[in-house]
Amino acid sequence: MAAITEPQLGPNLQEPTGWRRSKNRIATVLMVLSFVLVIIPLVFVLYTVIAKGISIISWQFLTSPIPPQVAPADEGGIGPAVLGTIEITAIAALMAVPLGILGAIYLNEYGGKGVLARLIGFFSDVMTGVPSIVMGLFLFSIWVLHFGFSGFAGALALACLMLPIVIRSTDEMLKLVPNPLREGSYALGATKARVTITVVLPAAIGGIVSGALLAIARAAGETAPLLFTILTVTAANPNVFSGANTAIPSQIFANATSPYPGAQGRAWGAALTLIAIAFVLMIVARFITARFTRYSR
Amino acid sequence: MSTVTQQAGPAVPAGPARPLSERRPLGDRTFQIIALASGLLVLVILVLIAVSTTQQSSSWFTTEGWGIFGKTWNPAANQFGALAFIYGTAITSVIALVMAVPVSVGIALLLTEVVPYRWARPIVYVIDLLAVVPSVVWGLWGILVFAPWIQHIYSDIGSAVKGVPVLGALFGPPTSGPSFFTAGIILAFMITPIITSLSREVIATVPAIDKEGAYALGATRMEMITGAVWPHSKGGITGAVLLGLGRAMGETIAAALVIGSSAQITSHLFAPGYNMPAVIANQFGEATGEFRAALIGLGVLLFAFTIIINVIARAIVGRSAEQGTA
Repeated sequence: MAAITEPQLGPNLQEPTGWRRSKNRIATVLMVLSFVLVIIPLVFVLYTVIAKGISIISWQFLTSPIPPQVAPADEGGIGPAVLGTIEITAIAALMAVPLGILGAIYLNEYGGKGVLARLIGFFSDVMTGVPSIVMGLFLFSIWVLHFGFSGFAGALALACLMLPIVIRSTDEMLKLVPNPLREGSYALGATKARVTITVVLPAAIGGIVSGALLAIARAAGETAPLLFTILTVTAANPNVFSGANTAIPSQIFANATSPYPGAQGRAWGAALTLIAIAFVLMIVARFITARFTRYSR
Repeated sequence: MSTVTQQAGPAVPAGPARPLSERRPLGDRTFQIIALASGLLVLVILVLIAVSTTQQSSSWFTTEGWGIFGKTWNPAANQFGALAFIYGTAITSVIALVMAVPVSVGIALLLTEVVPYRWARPIVYVIDLLAVVPSVVWGLWGILVFAPWIQHIYSDIGSAVKGVPVLGALFGPPTSGPSFFTAGIILAFMITPIITSLSREVIATVPAIDKEGAYALGATRMEMITGAVWPHSKGGITGAVLLGLGRAMGETIAAALVIGSSAQITSHLFAPGYNMPAVIANQFGEATGEFRAALIGLGVLLFAFTIIINVIARAIVGRSAEQGTA
């Protein structure tokens, strides 16, 4: 065979020159710039909350009763709000997490590609977009008007917000469990319920728990659904099932428009508390994901 | 007789096997029913929201009729026209989208097409942090730190464009720290994470072969994005933007704190205004009777708007995701 003696052109692997290169570089710079644009407010907010909140926050601040708004910043604390947030969020989680996991089990293990399962899956996606204030008005209409304000009404509102989030995250995790695991247990004669509870759920538990924790973190910071359900009082009310209650976000909202520096100071302290709770939940969720997730995308 | 002996002796497998559904133990069927009920709960709650809130606000809808879209909101005179709040919701959402969409799509492209995987994870963490900051904390920061700071910029811009046509009408005085524009900026921060993560999911479904093909033809990265990524993912990104719009419309507490709480319809973006969720949050405490019905009615409108937007958006996102995997 005659060797080709033409000059070796080969592919030109160099970066194109001129306007095409400039355009490409400008695009890359703009992409990096958009990330920088997002970091600036985030750093700004976190810095302000930490700088203004760190001097306020202390064990005494987290446990003391809520003083009148005129009180100086070093007086009193947000004890009743901390208690309320823990109680209300815990009850909401106790309702929403099991129901959400069961709902996702229906979608993934029973419903399959059926019309009903697709409908439920679609509308649980849609439900994640329902504004939190609408959940508050909903619980006001069906609960508060009949049974009065209570921490439990707030917990129901938060549970409604969490339910679709838990369904979605659990559904994603169940989809990742390989089918041979299920088939293996069916081959041993196990019923569907047994396969789901003893094989599928344990295989996906890491992702399910971390998804639930992220939903709890979201719910703990919500204010709007609580406005119309627990009614923000300042006195501690350990009874979640009756009487008006309070929570950390509600106290921040009440203090944010206050002209008194003391009240504003307590709002910053409460904001730092709230962000710290959310971050701790998020870090624990990440840890669980990293440590206990067997199947991931 | 023979059938009885067959059933009595389980050790002798005689006759045709019974269908699976008859053999399933009670516990197994109970579990399925509980799971189904939990799934149905989603539909039940959505229907209950619509029915109960409509019921509580029916007097507003029936007495006002089309007057619900009236311009005057004066609780003292029993006038409840919601136009100013609908206008405020539209304006703040548009401002938020104009700022958040390019940034979010930029970050999504950065994550999927530019940076290597080990850099992408920390960037995703940072975006997640943004989503974790609660609404009320954005509001607190917005009203005590951000609004007083940006007020000076507004008044500088305002005096510079005063009298200039169009610009003067949009950015001219009166200016105020808490305003439509401030609320729009804060909302933009809050909806950036969701638009980013959904756009990223959509862009990640672009087939590698399309992108490699574009590169093989000598395209730069920018040309690959416009030629291969964009045609494939524009539908999904539209869906992501609509979901962001839904969030921006319903976001309450941050807007309630920084929007300025003034029910007016004006072209001045730096002027104080009001939107639907903010007026519900701020005025509900003192409302009774017709006033309360009107505020719950605003919630019904908000629910209807966001449901419509979310249904359209999810349908678009779902369809483009199916195309990606097919």
